[in-house]
Amino acid sequence: MMDSENQGFEEARLYSSHEEVENLDFKEKLSAKSFSNYRSAMSSLSDAHHPLSSPAVLTPADSDPLRPPPMDRDLQKPYVSDHFFSDPLHFSDVNFGPSDGNNVSDLNGVESPSKSLESSGSLSRSSSSNSEYIKISVSNPQKEQEVSNSLVPGGSSYITYLITTRTNIAEFGGSEFSVRRRFKDVVTLSERLAESYRGFFIPPRPDKSVVEGQVMQKQEFVEQRRVALEKYLRKLAGHPVIRMSDEFKVFLQVQGRLPLPTTTDVASRMIDGAVNLPKQLLSESAMAPQEVVQPAKGGRDLLRLFKELKQSMTNDWGSSKPPIAEEDKEFLEKKEKLCDFEQQLSAVSQQAESLVKTQQDMAETFGELGLTLIKLTKFENEEAVFNCQRVRAADTKNVATAAVKASRLYRELNSQTVKHLDVLHDYLGLMLAVHGAFSERSSALLTEQTLLSDLSSLRSRAEKLEAASSKVFGGDKSRIQKLEQLKESIRTTEDAKNVAMREYKRIKENNRSELERFDRELQADFLSMLKGFVTNQVRYAEKMSEVWGKVAEETSSYSKESS
Amino acid sequence: MEQERGLPGSSLSPRSPSSQPYLSVSVTDPVKLGNGVQAYISYRVITKTNFPEYQGPEKIVIRRYSDFVWLHARLFEKYKGIFIPSLPEKNAVEKFRFSAEFIEMRRQALDIFVNRIASHQELQQSEDLRTFLQAEEETMERLRSHDSGIFKKKPADLMQIFKDVQSKVSDIVLGKEKPVEESNPEYEKLKHYIFELENHLTEAQKHAYRLVKRHRELGQALLDFGKAAKLLGACEEKAVGKGFSELGAKSEMLSNKLQTEAHQLLMNFEEPLKDYVRTVQSIKATIAERANAFRQQCELAETTKLKEINLDKLMLMRSDKAAEAEMEYKELKAASEEATRKFETIVALMHQETIRFQEQKTLDMGLAFHEFAKGQARLASGVADAWRSLLPKLEALSVS
Repeated sequence: MMDSENQGFEEARLYSSHEEVENLDFKEKLSAKSFSNYRSAMSSLSDAHHPLSSPAVLTPADSDPLRPPPMDRDLQKPYVSDHFFSDPLHFSDVNFGPSDGNNVSDLNGVESPSKSLESSGSLSRSSSSNSEYIKISVSNPQKEQEVSNSLVPGGSSYITYLITTRTNIAEFGGSEFSVRRRFKDVVTLSERLAESYRGFFIPPRPDKSVVEGQVMQKQEFVEQRRVALEKYLRKLAGHPVIRMSDEFKVFLQVQGRLPLPTTTDVASRMIDGAVNLPKQLLSESAMAPQEVVQPAKGGRDLLRLFKELKQSMTNDWGSSKPPIAEEDKEFLEKKEKLCDFEQQLSAVSQQAESLVKTQQDMAETFGELGLTLIKLTKFENEEAVFNCQRVRAADTKNVATAAVKASRLYRELNSQTVKHLDVLHDYLGLMLAVHGAFSERSSALLTEQTLLSDLSSLRSRAEKLEAASSKVFGGDKSRIQKLEQLKESIRTTEDAKNVAMREYKRIKENNRSELERFDRELQADFLSMLKGFVTNQVRYAEKMSEVWGKVAEETSSYSKESS
Repeated sequence: MEQERGLPGSSLSPRSPSSQPYLSVSVTDPVKLGNGVQAYISYRVITKTNFPEYQGPEKIVIRRYSDFVWLHARLFEKYKGIFIPSLPEKNAVEKFRFSAEFIEMRRQALDIFVNRIASHQELQQSEDLRTFLQAEEETMERLRSHDSGIFKKKPADLMQIFKDVQSKVSDIVLGKEKPVEESNPEYEKLKHYIFELENHLTEAQKHAYRLVKRHRELGQALLDFGKAAKLLGACEEKAVGKGFSELGAKSEMLSNKLQTEAHQLLMNFEEPLKDYVRTVQSIKATIAERANAFRQQCELAETTKLKEINLDKLMLMRSDKAAEAEMEYKELKAASEEATRKFETIVALMHQETIRFQEQKTLDMGLAFHEFAKGQARLASGVADAWRSLLPKLEALSVS
């Protein structure tokens, strides 16, 4: 992918065309949900309503097929053969299909090969200019110095990226803005989103790479990371709920330091938790209700961790049923289906990679053959004593030219194929998000179960205590005190349980709506990918057929002679 | 099967009336005979001719590869100067010796071999050819094993001669020594051309073979991809599932087309290129023979001259050894003249053969290129049609 910002914006436009139409469809559904209790505000955007009859079908793949292939270093070699030809095959020379415009546009929904493709392609489905968009591009990596603290002289350096956003969504309070962010900020963003949006299919962030300082600054690594960040932010912008989150807005707009709380590392959390544990064990203190909205894992509350672990073991191995359980059959079915789907998708993705490789090899071998034949042609011409040698040289040249053309066509076909099949990889990545959302659901359930168990054990202790103290005449001061404490715990635990219950319900609802959205987008994305892939194959096969057909015709006299 | 073009004067079209002389051969019907290590392939060789020297209009015999080798060796020995048509490679990797593809390729090459001999103005008159085409199997076996003793040395000799010629050529090119070689600029050019040509052709054939492999690999990849797509289609209901199932089916179908084309490519493009290389190698063998003949001629001429001088001396001295010396001199002179004649024959023949070779190769390669292009065009349009037929289905799925 090219570094130039123009390129970035073109791609942003193509990606967001998908978002635009998505956005329109979802506005109705999502605003009805009670996301208002979330920290992000979902204001109504009634002006921008454009109900579409059919769900979004546009993806980058659709509008992309005829852009000149990018100078992807992996896929192209310098064309040595250019030395031999005065007429290098230019992409624009290639005409697809027997009659350019007509035949191809018969294939409904597929753009005809025109130069104005990009502008027409990406917006052809949206009805008017009121469509919403967020276009993000990441560029301009720069080295910056860490502000040195007293302990470490000299400080370390890191890379920041320029993140430019263009949007017409009112909530952003601006149409174009840029900030500089470093990778650490992205990590923070993703963690805060994970906390706030439990149950949603949150796109996974790019991997941290554990590499040394020097490698960090190597151009290739930085470029890879830039691309990955751009993809990630665009995916976030493509999510109808997350794009409107405070966290996201803040990330994209607020200048200077990112004003989101960072997560402390695991070690210090464990230490904190260990410090609190004795107090927890000695006293009867119960979980503070507000903590319940976050999963136990990763928190500081070791006691809670232990309790939930115990509960999960009881669930799995205990003789009695847990107090409540996952009952949504539909959900369980869907979950299983998704697992199946993921497996098969992974297999297809692998085979797709193989396919791409063999197409690549084909291109290479055709090219080598062509070059060899060119050398032969030159040789025959230079050494020709008889005229038939020159004839042969001419024939050889024809074939050589065709072979080189075929090589280019295969290469171009391949770079297009890679783009289409990228959808497969994207969805595999998305499956991670799905698993994450499902595991939030399970852990919320576990929390509720644990609290219920807690509650019932507290209550039975209170009962026993009451019974015991009533036997003592005049009251048992110490017992009564204990009872009071217990009753207090019970009340707190009740509150916590209620919060947990609500949280679980909320997450379940998020799961459900996300599954619906996922299903819909999947249908659209995959069908579009299939169409794009197949259309691509057709076009290049037609072109190759033409190239070779010509050579066959030119050499047809040989065949008549021998029959 | 293959070309039956000959030089003007020998018309070999099987369709012509029996008044026109014709000799056409076909090598068919490979059958595996024998067991284990001794197993081999036998071929039916069918001859149709109206040549008077032949036993009848049609004759069928059974021959094996080593019989063809015998014929080649005899012709090479007898017809120096002519580019004897080349045989397919002798050794094959044990694994593939009996693979259908290898057998077919060899059969095709042997058929071409015999037909080229049959359509060559001089070679077609060969008695050894007649023997090969008509003799009883036992006769053939006897000849084959008898001559293999004599000719066993030949390949080694040949190799040595090759090496000599090659090193001499490179020596000259490198300007190392001035050996006993012809100083014929035209001929030098030809030799240089032939050696260079072999390099180019070998490389081209290598890439052609790789191309065959690529077709096979692509076919396999499409097959695997298709299978996986079908599985995905099966587990996903609704439109996307159907889409993938259809895609998978098409992909599998196209895999077959690719395997077919790979085979065509092998037989009709790579094999002709290999044949071209073999032909060039046979020319190199003839070059070696010519060098040999030249050296012999020179040596004999040299020796004869010395003998002549000696004789003159003896005669002057009126020695009684003169008579003997004169006889020896006369013998030597005859041998020298014979050697010269042999050499000059080779030169003349080679000249003719070179023209023939160049013309033939233009036709051969033209055909090979034609088949290559035709095959690729056929494949590409088949692929286009197959994928195109899928589009309306996908379109329908998007709408639903």
